[in-house]
Amino acid sequence: MLDSYGTVGIFLVVSVGFVVVTLGIARLFRPQRPTPQKLSTYECGEPTVGSSWVQFNVRYYIFALLFVIFDVEVAFLIPWAVVFKQLGLFALVEMLIFVGILLFGLLYAWKKGVLKWV
Amino acid sequence: MLSETASLVFWVIAFVTIISAIFVVSLRNIFHSALFLVLCLFSVAGVFVLLDAEFLAGVQVLIYVGGVAILMIFAVMLTSRMTNSEVRQQNEQKALGALVAFSFLLIVTGAILKTMSVKGGFGLSPSPSVTISTPHAIGRLLLTNFVLPFELVSVLLLVALIGAVVLAKKDGD
Repeated sequence: MLDSYGTVGIFLVVSVGFVVVTLGIARLFRPQRPTPQKLSTYECGEPTVGSSWVQFNVRYYIFALLFVIFDVEVAFLIPWAVVFKQLGLFALVEMLIFVGILLFGLLYAWKKGVLKWV
Repeated sequence: MLSETASLVFWVIAFVTIISAIFVVSLRNIFHSALFLVLCLFSVAGVFVLLDAEFLAGVQVLIYVGGVAILMIFAVMLTSRMTNSEVRQQNEQKALGALVAFSFLLIVTGAILKTMSVKGGFGLSPSPSVTISTPHAIGRLLLTNFVLPFELVSVLLLVALIGAVVLAKKDGD
């Protein structure tokens, strides 16, 4: 079983190695003569305004919360989908109830207007 | 016992997990801490793979790396004091924290020693041989023996969703 994850391991090593090697070689060969102008942040050629750590709109957070809830739902859908063919109608009804209950939540959120971007 | 390669992989993963966990609690910028938390959770998924718990590894990546970590990064970005990098992120109660961590270490060590005396070996022991894949077994159990808990999960998620909406709505208006 573990051998099939060897491919994943090779991918990880190559992806990390690629970044390290290319950036490392570039660092070895490029000239380094920094000036304050060169070190300033590039923003379409304009002088930058304020800090880049701006406070995000709180509305993003509710979308992130909804995302996590439906993310958990997907985690339950996977084992259901794997055995669906063997269990047939019973499994279908079970999952319909499961998704149906969550659908109420989505309708509630929709009704409350949190899905609208004001 | 695990093969040589597997134990080598285990040590690499353990190293990455511990180093990133140390960075999570010691870095100055809380945003960087959140990013290292992602790495830490991802390495834990690697440990799950080593233990033949493929489904758990998938869920770990899907929910913890993909969901919870994103939620934390959002929470950091939403915090207005984020703009002030002078804010101390470190825990003020280091001594108490060390005490709790040490007691937890003792408990885990005790559990490992007990398992060793039962199984008579050290390190990761191979899990009981599974003939079918883990998602398969979990799905079968969820839809036969544990139908009621399975449906209750959706109610729990519904409660979480409504709670999130109620809380966020109060902030939004």
